[in-house]
This record gives sequence, structure tokens and C-alpha cells, in this order.
Amino acid sequence: MTLMRALKTGFGAVSAATLMALPAVAQAAAATPPVPNKGDVTWMMVSTILVLMMTIPGLALFYGGLVRSKNMLSVLTQVMATVCMVALIWVFYGYSLTFTNGGGLNDFVGGFSKAFLAGVDVNSVAATFSNGVYIPELVYMAFQMTFACITPALIVGAFAERMKFSALLVFVALWVTLVYFPIAHMVWYWGGPDAIGDAAKAVAAATDEAAKKAAAAKLDEVKADAGFLFKLGALDFAGGTVVHINAGIAGLVGCLMIGKRIGYGKDLLAPHSLTMTMIGAALLWVGWFGFNAGSNLEANGTAALALVNTFVATAAAGFSWLIVEWVVKGKPSLLGLASGIVAGLVAVTPASGFAGPMGSIVLGLVAGALCFIACTSIKNALGYDDSLDVFGVHGVGGIIGAIATGILVNPALGGAGIPDYESKPGELAVAAYEFGPAVMAQLKAVAFTILYSGILSAILFKLVDIVIGLRVPQEQEREGLDIAEHGERAYNM
Amino acid sequence: MKLVTAVIKPFKLEEVRDALTALGVNGMTVTEVKGYGRQKGHTEIYRGAEYAVSFLPKIKLEVAVETALADKVIEAITSAARTGQIGDGKIFVQPVERALRIRTGERDNEAL
Repeated sequence: MTLMRALKTGFGAVSAATLMALPAVAQAAAATPPVPNKGDVTWMMVSTILVLMMTIPGLALFYGGLVRSKNMLSVLTQVMATVCMVALIWVFYGYSLTFTNGGGLNDFVGGFSKAFLAGVDVNSVAATFSNGVYIPELVYMAFQMTFACITPALIVGAFAERMKFSALLVFVALWVTLVYFPIAHMVWYWGGPDAIGDAAKAVAAATDEAAKKAAAAKLDEVKADAGFLFKLGALDFAGGTVVHINAGIAGLVGCLMIGKRIGYGKDLLAPHSLTMTMIGAALLWVGWFGFNAGSNLEANGTAALALVNTFVATAAAGFSWLIVEWVVKGKPSLLGLASGIVAGLVAVTPASGFAGPMGSIVLGLVAGALCFIACTSIKNALGYDDSLDVFGVHGVGGIIGAIATGILVNPALGGAGIPDYESKPGELAVAAYEFGPAVMAQLKAVAFTILYSGILSAILFKLVDIVIGLRVPQEQEREGLDIAEHGERAYNM
Repeated sequence: MKLVTAVIKPFKLEEVRDALTALGVNGMTVTEVKGYGRQKGHTEIYRGAEYAVSFLPKIKLEVAVETALADKVIEAITSAARTGQIGDGKIFVQPVERALRIRTGERDNEAL
């Protein structure tokens, strides 16, 4: 595999060189820009498209089917418009705020050095998780863009059927800027395996005391150039904290601040089309392979592990919810099955490249049962109207998955272990697993994300409420948001 | 003339129509309705939300007949629509003062 890649790289360089004049060969040899592997590039482009499909139409239909027919279009519009708006914000400054060095604030957020994609062109590359393996930065940027798009779209479900469209757009623009980009930076921004590996090699190669000291300082500097939660040692393979806890908490805060739907707990607020919901859940599952296995950033064994985990944890969670519901409520429902599937996808997200398949199955079984309890008993006991259970599925599932990742990464439990780029630079070594620090790092990241997202979201909701008003007038809510806000009807039959 | 109104189970409509056609009834009006009697409703559960759905779908069938035919019509509907289970429905009979066919202007029994 490695030999093949080396051969291909060499061949590519030679064939490119034959097209150029001889002096150019010398230049290219001096700079040796990393040449991305075509398989990796292809896989990452496919993954990018798969994650977009999760949101539109997957998430949109999953949510849309769960509302009443008079609000169907409002949900579809809110999800799709969120994708369009965030995609633009992402290339304007979101990518830069997330994945560049933020100077004095670098622990928490990036800077503006790549605003409007400055310097991101067909030749720039982004690091993966393997030494010497790179992908085009444009692909990396586009892949991460789909994550920025889906996260605020997830929140839409919490206050569906009553949120004002203009207020939603303003909230989402503010939320991605002040909550999503910083959290993603804190968890995912780092120098990459080669930066650490090369610095570690320099330490080993240093001969005298002064050189060793300088090299060690350089290594510390490279390691310090990362987000706050990354440096805590928090593991989040594909976005358990960044995407799901983040969106789940924002959703909970949102539905508490906007208030219950008219008729909640009294009128029939039944889903208008569970058929749509089933189609949406299935598209989410398929697309999620791009989300999780794509998060490996290259097409190799770890991507395959993430793929298998995304299969089995999801199957276990769907089945788990179905069975628990059957026992507790008397009937196994399609909505229960679909909800369990999404809960499993959420829970396995942070663990997908770290846990083993059997560990993932246990995670899925636990997540399916606990999310069922969260969406039924806990929600009813607390009395909040999270219309489509954003908190019960994404918040609770995300928290379970994040904490479990710290346990299931243990090689003794079949996990892949925590990569160590420093002790044997250039090799994919695995650090010795210690339960306490591993789980503690996860707990700290979960607690931090809950607090950060919770507090910032509350401030932003309040702000938008004062300036625009979060909620449509009563008569519009009764009439339905489709006619009142968008001037059209989902079904003219 | 009598107006016979029957509220029946939706899947029984075809059998009732056949039985009435056999009696020589030439037309009827059917409406999809919702309602409940002794059958009450059922419970629907969507995740944590439980809804008692009291109104069940039924078919309301209206047929105007000559007074002489009314008893036979009632009997035919009763035997065709009965399953013996709760929720089979009800029949109401009212007198009809006048009837008129719009196209021809025929009146009363002629118009039925």
C-alpha cells in the first residue's frame, strides 16, 4: 500500500516533469509539494456530496414529515435556506475562522487570513491524519462546509411550526459565527501529523544541548498551535460535540425561549407524513457514511472502520429503540425505528474512527434506549416543546457518544487507540490507553460545549427576539407557516 | 317519501350499494365523515406524544326513497353493513316533504 503510493507519486512527478523544461524539474524537486492520492481525493469529493445529501433532502424530509401539513414547506425552506446561507458565510470567513491560527485567541477561534478563500487554490493542500498524506485544501474546505451547513439546520427542528423565517436566518448567521466556528476550531484545529512528526524528529536529531532545547521549544510551539478542546485531548472523530451536542443544546435553549406551540399537549399535533420521515431517515443513514467515514480525510482502513461502525451502531440503536418502545408502549412504531436509527448515527459519530465494531454495537444499544427515554419520559416530565426532539436525539445521543468514545477507544475493548504522532514520528503509533484521563477529557469537552453553546445561544435568541421577534403572530401560527410566511401550500389536492 | 341516512364502516360501502341497487334504488349520496359512538376512538403515539383520537373515519350514506320502500332499504343496509363488532354505525330515517329533479322538473316520487 505504502509502496504503491510511493510509486504512483514518483510516477506522477516524472510524467509531470517530462512536460516541463529541465530547470523546472530541479525546482519541483527542491519544494517537493505533497501530491494528493487520487483515491483519497475522489473519496473526499464523494463524501462531501453525501453530507450535502444528508441535509437536503435527507434532514429536510425527516423533519418535514414530522410536522403538520400546513407547516411542511416552512421546514423544507428553513433547512434548505440555511444550507445556502451558511455555504456562503463559510467561504467568506467561516473556513478561515475555523481552520486558521487566530493569534492571541487561537485557543478559541481562528483568524481572517483565509477570508474569501485567500490562498486556497488548486495547489494548496490540507493535512490528514497520516504522515505524508494530503488532500487538496479545496476538497477539505468543501467537506467541512457541509458540516457547517447541517449543524444549524439540525436546530430548526426544535422550534419548528412557530419560528419566524427572517428571525431564523439572522439567528443562524449569528450562531454559526459565534458558536459553530469557534467550537469547530477548538475541537478540530491542529497542525497535522507531519508538523508534529517533523518537530519531534528535529528534537531527536538535535546533537547539542542548545539545539535540543530549541527543537523542544519548537515542538511545544507546534503542539500549542491547536484548539483548546483538542489540546485537552478530547476525541471527536466526526462531530459529536461540534455538531450534535452543539446543535442539541442550541435547540433546547431555543424551544425553551420561544415557548410551546399553540395547542401543545391538547390538540392533535401528529406528524403529517411518516413516509417522508422514513425516506429522510434512510437518506440520513446513507449520507452519514460520508459524514463519518469521510471524516477520516483519506480512503484507508480507518475510513473502512468508520463505515462499519456507522452501519452496526445504527442498526443496534434502531432495533434497541424499537424493542424498548414495543415493551413500554405496546407497539413497535416506524417513527420509533427511524428515531433510533438517527440516535445511533448521532452517538457513533464521535466514536466512528476510534471504537471497534462490537463496542459500537453496545454504544448503539445504549443510545437507542436512552434517547427513547429522553424523548418520552424526560421530555414529558419537564414539559418543554422541542417539536422534533433535537435535544432528545442529537443532544442526548451526542453526549452519550462523546463520553463513550473515551471508553471505546481503548484497544483492549477493540478500539483503535489514540494516535501518537510524537514518540515515533512518521509512524502511526498508538498511545497507551488510560481510562481516567481519556474519559475526563471527553467529560470536560462535553461540559464546555454545553455551557458555551447554551449560554451563547441564549444570548443570540434573546437578541433576535428583541430586534425581530422569534415567533410568528398567533393567527399565522394557526393558519400554518406555509401560507403565512411563504405564500404557498405543500399539497394542492 | 323518506330520507334514510346511514353512518357505516367505510369498507362496507360496496356491499351496501349492491344491496340497495338490487332493491331498485337508483341513486344515493355518500360523504366521508368522522365521528364516534360507543366505539370511542383509539390512541396514537408519536415518540413521547400520546393522542386520543376520538373521531374515526366513517361513511355517511343518504338515500331518498318512496315510503313503501323505506323498510326494505333499512333492512338491506342493516344486513349488508353489519359485522357484529362495535362501531357498525347507525341508521336515521326522516320524512321528506318534497323532491324535484332539476333537469326535467319531475316532482316527488317521479324525481327519486
